[in-house]
Amino acid sequence: MTGPLIEFRDVGKRFDRLTVLDRFCFTVQQGEKVSLIGPSGSGKSTVLRILMTLEPFQEGTLTLGGISYHQPHGRGPFKASERHLREVRRNVGMVFQSFNLFPHMTALRNIVEAPMAVLGLGREEAESRALELLRLVGLLDKKDHFPAQLSGGQQQRVAIARAMAMRPRVLLFDEPTSALDPELVGEVLGVIRMLAHEHDLTMLLVTHEMRFAREISDRVCFFDSGQIVEQGSPDRIFAEPAHPRTRAFLKSVLAESRTA
Amino acid sequence: MSLAQEILAMAKGAEMTAIVAIGSTLIGAVLAFAFGIARVEGGRLLSWLALIYIEFMRGTPLLVKLFWLYYALPLVGVSLDPFTTGIVGLSLNIGAYGAEVVRGGLQSVATAQREAARALNFPRRHTLLHILLPQAVVEMMPAFGNLAIQNLKDTALVSLISIADLTFRAQQIRNLTLAGARVYSMTLVGYFVMSLLVAALMRFLEIRARRGAAFAHSAHG
Amino acid sequence: MIYGYAWDTSSPLAYAVSILPILAIGLVVTLKAAVSGFVVALVLGLIWYLLRRTRIRAVAWSTALLVEFIRDTPLLVQLFFLYYVLPDYGVVLPALVTGVLALGLQYSAYTAEVYRGGFGAVPRGQWEAAIALNLSRYRIYRDIVIPQAVPRIMPAMGNYAVSMLKETPVLSVVTVLDMLNLANMIGDRTFEYLIPLSLVGVIFPIMTTLCSVGIHLLERILPRDGIALR
Ligand SMILES: Nc1ncnc2c1ncn2[C@@H]1O[C@H](COP(=O)(O)OP(=O)(O)OP(=O)(O)O)[C@@H](O)[C@H]1O
Ligand SMILES: [Mg+2]
Repeated sequence: MTGPLIEFRDVGKRFDRLTVLDRFCFTVQQGEKVSLIGPSGSGKSTVLRILMTLEPFQEGTLTLGGISYHQPHGRGPFKASERHLREVRRNVGMVFQSFNLFPHMTALRNIVEAPMAVLGLGREEAESRALELLRLVGLLDKKDHFPAQLSGGQQQRVAIARAMAMRPRVLLFDEPTSALDPELVGEVLGVIRMLAHEHDLTMLLVTHEMRFAREISDRVCFFDSGQIVEQGSPDRIFAEPAHPRTRAFLKSVLAESRTA
Repeated sequence: MSLAQEILAMAKGAEMTAIVAIGSTLIGAVLAFAFGIARVEGGRLLSWLALIYIEFMRGTPLLVKLFWLYYALPLVGVSLDPFTTGIVGLSLNIGAYGAEVVRGGLQSVATAQREAARALNFPRRHTLLHILLPQAVVEMMPAFGNLAIQNLKDTALVSLISIADLTFRAQQIRNLTLAGARVYSMTLVGYFVMSLLVAALMRFLEIRARRGAAFAHSAHG
Repeated sequence: MIYGYAWDTSSPLAYAVSILPILAIGLVVTLKAAVSGFVVALVLGLIWYLLRRTRIRAVAWSTALLVEFIRDTPLLVQLFFLYYVLPDYGVVLPALVTGVLALGLQYSAYTAEVYRGGFGAVPRGQWEAAIALNLSRYRIYRDIVIPQAVPRIMPAMGNYAVSMLKETPVLSVVTVLDMLNLANMIGDRTFEYLIPLSLVGVIFPIMTTLCSVGIHLLERILPRDGIALR
């Protein structure tokens, strides 16, 4: 397949009367690592949540791994059938700001649940894959811990392993370190950095960690009021932003990180 | 019996229901504060007595209590007329539930408030009346609202000790007309409307209490 | 004589002891009514809860109104309604069944609210994470939502079960031979109500205390790993 892995074509998204995305276009190639930055409320999370089929949209088409779905008339919730949506979801995984681990399951159970229930893996295979992932994120010794017994950073690393266990082609990160104490941010970024070396994995990362975005991404997109105002290589965006709004935004976050 | 007569009879019944409900709710409220305060602020003996009252009343069915007052009590020489029996039974019953609410409300007022009052060397009574209760009452209001509706519904049981309330009238009319569907539908709607009125009244009182507490706060601060 | 048991009125103690076997028979009926009534309440309440959250507005609204109506009207009148009106439409049920239905109906209004609170307390993020993992609706409910909702639901359900137990004597007014009804019958024949009614008045607190203890034990046994209840 040669076309883009992800394509938003003229997507329109409204919450009641508030229009968040208007004729939104955006493409991502397989294996690309893309960072989305921009001020609060600019629609970054909305883009990820639409991709994850957590939000319906009203206009346009979204194509993901060759499967497209669109909701031309936008009445009611998902127009696409549940089965179609599950087909779309097979390609995508998501890591949430607040981890969202299942509190009544151990770390290991969190990871094997979906591979066993959705992919139909046997317990043994699912567990051996899960243990491998836990080793990768450095938490093999915590496999029998419940989320409440883990630090935020550890929980987020389990959540990443859980998402990876479904072998998604696209992994979405919505501010994965924003809920963490500063001293725990590093360990999570370390795991994401490691994943960024995976050649085939496509990554979309919403983050306020500018230095990290610059380090790992192939492309940085600056969002403002539901539009990608400017995009390009991280070096160019951070070193010589062309758009005044990008400049203003970068200036304000840099000032913030200096005072912090 | 014409429909107009039916409605008139039921209106009379509803009036009795309202009287019984209001009377027992008010007496119940007095009991609730008395026993609730005794639980929290009373000495060991008072607190124990209150506990026994609360637990026993909450543990026995209301209908059993009403029948006990109505049929059994005269055997030991205390004869009350049905109306008094109904009011006494309902008040004792709802007062126990209310006392639990009062206890919870008082205990939820932070101990810090208590200690602050003690540090200022307020007398106990002053602390209770002017510091603890005004704050606690606001928190108690939603629960009191539920109890008031509960009590209104409970009044239906007094029809079984021959008080001519709404349910009693409904039974009478059904026995005459055999039009059960109509009579009981009207009765249910009657109770529903009264419940809505009680709910509205309690919400109004809650808002008043909230405003009163806020005013007291600003006046003190 | 009731159920073949005679009473002995020679002394209050002998009287009390001699009527206990009769009351025990009523106690079984009382417990039967309470248990079946609560099963009805659990099922009906779940139905109300589900209907109230359908996407069809009219259904959701009318269910909400119906539940409010049931909650705000007395059990006794609902019981009379079922007892006297159903036969007019050809539905003739034994008194105990009618009573169980009335109890279940009244308490379904409360259980519906408990379900709403319990399921509503499962954070949105749990749903989203489950969807992101591509779990099916069935699996989401079975593995993620229900295990987290049940520990939140249990305590309130336990309280309502005890309340319902205490309301079963109302069924005696439609001829159900529960403990209260038998106590009254004994009183009618001996002209001595004090002891039978007092016995019933003492047996109930004992039962409700036992129930509460049992429910606490049950809550402790049930797994609730990692779920913070407060
Ligand atoms: N469920 C919702 N209902 C109504 N409006 C919403 C909802 N979710 C998001 N919005 C609105 O949509 C807009 C875009 O939100 P979005 O969460 O995508 O922003 P964001 O770029 O992720 O911001 P942040 O950096 O604060 O996370 C905001 O104005 C927000 O208020
Ligand atoms: Mg966001």
